[in-house]
Amino acid sequence: MRLRILPKEEVPRMVQALMEDYRVVGPKAKGPKFVFEPIVDPAEMRLDYNITILPPKVALQPPQERVAKIDLEGEVPQTDPLIEAEPTVIFGAHTCDIHALRLLDRAFAADYPDNHYLKRRQETLIISLECLEPCDEHSFCKDMGTLTADEGYDLHLTDIGDAYTVHIGTEAGEALLERCANTRAATDDDVRRLNEVLSAKWPRFTHRLNFDAAELPALLATAYEHPIWAELGERCLSCGSCTNVCPTCYCFNMLDTVSLTLKEALRIRRWDSCQLDEFARVAGGENFREARAARQRHRFFRKGKWLRERFDTTGCVGCGRCIRACLVNINIVEVFNTIHGSA
Amino acid sequence: MTQSSIYAPEFARLVDVRPLTELEKLFTIELPDGRSLGHDPGQFVMVSIPGVGEAPISITSSPSRSNGTFELCVRRVGDVTNALHRMKPGDYVGIRGPFGHGFPIEQMRGKDLLFAPGGLGLAPLRSLINQVLDERGSFGRVIILYGAKRPAELLFRDELEEWAARDDVEFHVTVDRGDESWDGHIGVITTLFPLITVDPRNTVAVTCGPPIMYRFVIMEMLGKGIPETQIYLSLERRMKCGVGKCGHCQINDLYCCKEGPVFTYAQIKNVPEAL
Repeated sequence: MRLRILPKEEVPRMVQALMEDYRVVGPKAKGPKFVFEPIVDPAEMRLDYNITILPPKVALQPPQERVAKIDLEGEVPQTDPLIEAEPTVIFGAHTCDIHALRLLDRAFAADYPDNHYLKRRQETLIISLECLEPCDEHSFCKDMGTLTADEGYDLHLTDIGDAYTVHIGTEAGEALLERCANTRAATDDDVRRLNEVLSAKWPRFTHRLNFDAAELPALLATAYEHPIWAELGERCLSCGSCTNVCPTCYCFNMLDTVSLTLKEALRIRRWDSCQLDEFARVAGGENFREARAARQRHRFFRKGKWLRERFDTTGCVGCGRCIRACLVNINIVEVFNTIHGSA
Repeated sequence: MTQSSIYAPEFARLVDVRPLTELEKLFTIELPDGRSLGHDPGQFVMVSIPGVGEAPISITSSPSRSNGTFELCVRRVGDVTNALHRMKPGDYVGIRGPFGHGFPIEQMRGKDLLFAPGGLGLAPLRSLINQVLDERGSFGRVIILYGAKRPAELLFRDELEEWAARDDVEFHVTVDRGDESWDGHIGVITTLFPLITVDPRNTVAVTCGPPIMYRFVIMEMLGKGIPETQIYLSLERRMKCGVGKCGHCQINDLYCCKEGPVFTYAQIKNVPEAL
């Protein structure tokens, strides 16, 4: 195991050094909550955060981005693809969000590579952080198998008291650590403390699903006509909050705008939500997923079954963000447990 | 890594714009450098107009008749298509594609073919029909059952007359509501099925039309004994990327743009959102 020790007092210096060469996106306080945003001052990094409103995917698939510029001045319009990536370090991502990025990586690489995401991903290093306490009562990462991660990071930090152990995941991570941080070799005592911390964390997390999450696809396969969808359809406001905060949601809309001078047009990609009424409506008027119940069902099937089957990794990472964001308390854990209870 | 973008359109010139009906126009489009689009019948392109938007449009011309151009039959119904209808020969439109799975023409060779397009559903099927007619000797019987709401909504009238006149095409056309100009068959498209007999094991059936139509037409096809794996349909959905990312076209777990838009009935009969 390639392990180094990063004393806590070295962290601000490390962040400062990273900021020389990278956009550092890390957890910051926003009112009583936390967000992933570019760090301006190392002191604002809050590695003691519980959960962020939006996942770190904001650094890879921003809520809005330009994908192409079209020059309209000549006789023939000229398209200029805009692949806008800058060297980035995502600092302090929890392991649930690391698992979610694996799904996004596969979705954007599949069949027709999406260079907007992939280039940004290629330019991004990930320093993840082991969770030692549940975020709050809504997380169910232990059920979804995302309470720890064996891969998907360049460096992985675990808090052992006065220092972090740094597990080196990639050569790029190792080079970054050598260049930007004052670390020392791990002693037997550090390894002992790490093992203690890791052993102590598991009992703090409880199982909230009443069944093994591996059964989810099979369970949902029997639940397409379950009465719960109609019930959720009655409650859901179709606000799209659940999909906006979801680390594995990546659906988007495309917008074509033109400058006031009419000399340049832009193609803009923006997050979209399958929960919105018009998501599946075609210009002729037909709406292929008109009922809110059907849209709710679509989301739960994506999270519990279809994404996993398509990309061979979990479609829900148990972060609980959709539960916290829902205005009418729709709770994915309760939904899955209800279906399991009536199966 | 390449700096190319799957979302960046290439601009192609309109070389001809021809009204077909009150609502539909036929656009003939030429790619830069006389390049061929290289499509299969049943595929689509994403058509865009800067500052307005982008929409998926099926390719209506046959690959066998490309001549360095391709054709789109477009109903003006939304922002993009209305803007497109205002364009003239010499104007440029953005094109991405061709995308999607088209009709597997190789598997149709030697078979009898039954086409049942409804309304604008003729647009994607015309691509296949004309390719079949250009290689007429490779196929068995060719039966075309075409239905439209009104006589004025019939598309490609010159080609319909040509098909009707051919000895090697069995062509039947109907309208839901006739008018004084119409002395042909009246009734929905399913009323044409009793007029034909087929050898079901050796027949491949193809349909496309408004959402309401599929169930009934497929019932007729199954009623003729045509196997589910030999019934092909092309489905319409909202699409924003055309390449299986944006999520808009999902039919349950299928991406219409990527796994479709052409499916067999066997593929989608247990997919509740398909029909």
